[in-house]
Amino acid sequence: MTDFGSALAAAFSLVIHLDRDLGEIVLLSLRVSVIAVFVAALIGLPIGAAVALFRFPGRTVVAVILNALMGLPPVVVGLIVYLLLSRAGPFGVLGLLFTPTAMVIAQILLVTPIIAALTRQVIEDLWVEYEEQLRSLGAKPRRALATLLWDGRFSLLTAVLAGFGRASAEVGAVMIVGGNIDHVTRVMTTAIALEVSKGDLALALGLGIILVVLSIAVNGAAFVLKGTAERGQAR
Amino acid sequence: MTAERSILPLELRQVGFSAGRKLLIKELSCTFSANSRSVIIGPNGAGKSLLLRLCHGLLAPSAGSIVWHGAAGREPSFYQAMVFQRPVMLRRSVAANINFALSLRRVPRGARPALIRDALKRTGLSRFARHQARVLSIGEQQRLALARSWALRPQVLFLDEPTASLDPSATHVIEEVIDAIHRAGTKVIMTTHDLGQARRLADEVLFLHRGRLLEMAPSEAFFAGPRNDLAQAFLRGELLWWQRRELTPP
Ligand SMILES: Nc1ncnc2c1ncn2[C@@H]1O[C@H](COP(=O)(O)OP(=O)(O)O)[C@@H](O)[C@H]1O
Ligand SMILES: [Mg+2]
Repeated sequence: MTDFGSALAAAFSLVIHLDRDLGEIVLLSLRVSVIAVFVAALIGLPIGAAVALFRFPGRTVVAVILNALMGLPPVVVGLIVYLLLSRAGPFGVLGLLFTPTAMVIAQILLVTPIIAALTRQVIEDLWVEYEEQLRSLGAKPRRALATLLWDGRFSLLTAVLAGFGRASAEVGAVMIVGGNIDHVTRVMTTAIALEVSKGDLALALGLGIILVVLSIAVNGAAFVLKGTAERGQAR
Repeated sequence: MTAERSILPLELRQVGFSAGRKLLIKELSCTFSANSRSVIIGPNGAGKSLLLRLCHGLLAPSAGSIVWHGAAGREPSFYQAMVFQRPVMLRRSVAANINFALSLRRVPRGARPALIRDALKRTGLSRFARHQARVLSIGEQQRLALARSWALRPQVLFLDEPTASLDPSATHVIEEVIDAIHRAGTKVIMTTHDLGQARRLADEVLFLHRGRLLEMAPSEAFFAGPRNDLAQAFLRGELLWWQRRELTPP
């Protein structure tokens, strides 16, 4: 217990004094996850919306696959990306393994299905409500799509934030493809895993605190946004 | 609007519509001419909403044809608008809802503010212009739906039970707006289950029962005494929904 108490005290002192190593790890984590989520949103939003809106053969299959991929185990994604990027793999020549780019790629694969599946749900619900009115006004499919994305913006932002939550909390994939190399690919989650195994609870706890605060902040933002949206859209 | 040629008359020839194995609209033929207010009445489930959607082009008939005789190669839907039983409001401001409709009809940006102001003024919604459309009451939303249609200056306006969920005063306001739109030169085709409303608004009445058009007559003649006995029963208030199956069409 005293062990925990002193570790907690040390952790807070690290956080409050903005320890250099700690700062570096936090910034890399944010950079990797933000870039990954940004790219995943660029891919996932249009895919989800298209699946919701357009009738094409295999549409149901795609929807089911998207939902299934939401629960993809990070270690499996890590393994796949590892195999693709390793020296013997098809993209080995790029030399990306154990770089932040590899971690971004892994997280894109993890997050895109989440954003796409949630987007599909949001847009589908909205389409049920809007379809006849939009068709009556003469909206072409592309305009209808843009309208749905815009009118669903608050719910869609929540979907993107859910993706961010998944990316920043995930440890398996970035561990495998990043390698947890100090000053290169060490992010919050991998650092916590390592420091705990080494017994340096102060740094692990400090990072844990930041991770939790970040998660609360993101979810709080989502909650506030959704609330604002629903008030603006009452009834 | 007065300058462009009317897409009317609208002719339905032996129109049928089925979903699955059920025939919901049966061999329906009629002609809607310009300028009158045509009101479709009939018990719940008669097919009134389906008929409006078929006319407006939201549904394709499974049999027969629907012809806009005046269209002359033009896209008829471009000259129509529809107000639904439950108003569909975009998650935007009141003014933006109208602006959206105008942009879809390719009304130049510069011409829109005046049209929006006019439509809001005529529906008594001017003070709500900047409000979120979806925080308005249902009655106000229905007025906005009318304003949005009006701003498009359609040649034909379809209304599907526009006052179904409104109280008498909100209903009165809506009826006044419909009347004003009609006086401005728009052909009105609407459904209602409210016989009083049909009396107040109709120039001609269509009586629909179980997917069949049983009578189409000028309003005065219809309300003085419909020829069809089911229509007579309906006017007497006897044709209630739970009796539909027991009554057989003539
Ligand atoms: N898409 C549909 N598929 C199957 N049945 C439908 C569909 N739309 C309407 N119906 C049925 O057609 C009948 C007429 O519906 P509707 O036109 O809404 O009646 P009304 O507007 O006169 O009350 C009803 O029995 C309804 O259940
Ligand atoms: Mg109806």
